[in-house]
Amino acid sequence: MAQSQLIGNRIRDRRLSLGLKQSELARQVGISPSYLNLIEHNRRRIGGKTLLALAEYLQVEPALLSEGAEAALTEGLRVAAHSQNSHVAELDRTEEFAGRFPGWAQVLAALHLKAEALEQTTKTLTDRLANDPHLSASLHDVISSVTAIRATSSILVETKNLEPEWRARFHRNINEDSRRLAEGAEALVKYLEGAPDTDADIRSPLDEMHAFLDAHDYMLPVLEKSNGAAAVPHLVAQAPELKTDSARQMAQRVLLQAHEDAQALPMRALCQAVDEVGIQPDGLAQRLNVTLPLLFRRMTALPTTIYGPVGLVICDASGTIVFRKPIPGFAIPHAAGPCALWPLFQTLQAPMQTFVTPLEQAGRQPEPVMSYAAAQVTAPMSFDTPAQIKGYMLLVPRRQGQHAAPPQVVGTSCRICPVAQCTARREASLLTMAV
Amino acid sequence: MTKRVLLIEDEPNIIEAVSFILTRDGWDVKTHSNGHDAIDAVHYRTPDLIILDVMLPGRSGFEILQDIRADQTLADMPVLMLTARGQEKDREMAQRYGASRYMTKPFSNAELLANVRELIAP
Repeated sequence: MAQSQLIGNRIRDRRLSLGLKQSELARQVGISPSYLNLIEHNRRRIGGKTLLALAEYLQVEPALLSEGAEAALTEGLRVAAHSQNSHVAELDRTEEFAGRFPGWAQVLAALHLKAEALEQTTKTLTDRLANDPHLSASLHDVISSVTAIRATSSILVETKNLEPEWRARFHRNINEDSRRLAEGAEALVKYLEGAPDTDADIRSPLDEMHAFLDAHDYMLPVLEKSNGAAAVPHLVAQAPELKTDSARQMAQRVLLQAHEDAQALPMRALCQAVDEVGIQPDGLAQRLNVTLPLLFRRMTALPTTIYGPVGLVICDASGTIVFRKPIPGFAIPHAAGPCALWPLFQTLQAPMQTFVTPLEQAGRQPEPVMSYAAAQVTAPMSFDTPAQIKGYMLLVPRRQGQHAAPPQVVGTSCRICPVAQCTARREASLLTMAV
Repeated sequence: MTKRVLLIEDEPNIIEAVSFILTRDGWDVKTHSNGHDAIDAVHYRTPDLIILDVMLPGRSGFEILQDIRADQTLADMPVLMLTARGQEKDREMAQRYGASRYMTKPFSNAELLANVRELIAP
């Protein structure tokens, strides 16, 4: 009770200046000396009647004793009254109210503050819901399926003498749409279940694709074969991790790319080069005469047991992560935006440049990694459209004695980053925020 | 002469159901399923009535509606807007850009027929 502390100090100061003993003053106002002692040391909140008696005996206006104490409180009460646009509250008697019922007044002021904070939270959550792309996509899907089912089912019920071909066709459509509806509803439920936990997210198609790749250790031997592309549709259709069409399409694209890459740079050639040159992307690219993005993608398929972990992050020109293969020591956030300091994003600013940077993520067990970053132009520029660029960042464990420079400290994502002074910070960290 | 309706909508099963309902009701139904060149389809098909979805790939139904109203020859074309969002905001936008009617998904077939018949006699 910050306000009450002031009262205790004032009473004590006034008593001492009058040369009164604690026991004397206590006797005069009819309370025990120990109780007065507690009041003076701000250990007891002081009520209206006792305050008036003390003020009388100390020969001061009660307001003088209580003013400092109550100022904040009365201000709080006024704010609360105004927030209700209230003409009912007796504003001219606010001081009296706070003086006579300080406890109730504090409860009221505190409730107002709490209501304000909750309002703010509600606003933020509403905003998030209104602008959440996953949610609006799921809702759109659900409504579209429902619309189709409704129209189709009433045709089936209401059309007399519907031809068997049409009947069969509409049955099939309803079946299709109801499956879509079930998927959409499931995604919504998952989303809403995760909602109280701000870091939980609906599992996006991108997450599903990564769960699928992860289940295969990012390595599918069949793709190494020249006719491996034929196996892709089956692989994708059979994958239990891929639950949405969008995720299946994404996985299909990634697998076909991986197959193409495997034909351009066979695993045997890559392994041979790594055995001779080591995990040195620039040396390897020269030796094998391939582009860095292709080399990076292929290196993710190197057997971990022999060559150690190889991680890769790919982003598009908006900075959105479109592919991630994590390695121990370097976390890549799923839902939240990643740290803006990653060399990955420098490649978008200087696409003709490569970046070799030892990194260490703040707030984790220090486990430095080496990062190799480069950009890839995925669609050339024209007079109508700018070039499309993707950023690549390869991650491998940093070996002893490799690259003498001290590692650059970067974050994972702002919410969980402990770095205090950071010009790239987007939002406050949960770790350093005052509780 | 049979009246022509152009349905601009991207959900195949909605297209199929709506086409069926309107065809049985005596309309000549043509469909178009993306936003990019919807306005070309309007010129090419010369319909008597357009049913226009808001959420289309390429261009939104609102943009297409603005194009339609900006075109002298199409200024009086009856346009029935369909949308998956029942929000007040969308209703206002549809009215501002000059939609003749507005229908929120999901709708009943009876509602669809009533709206279409009121906009123009088949």
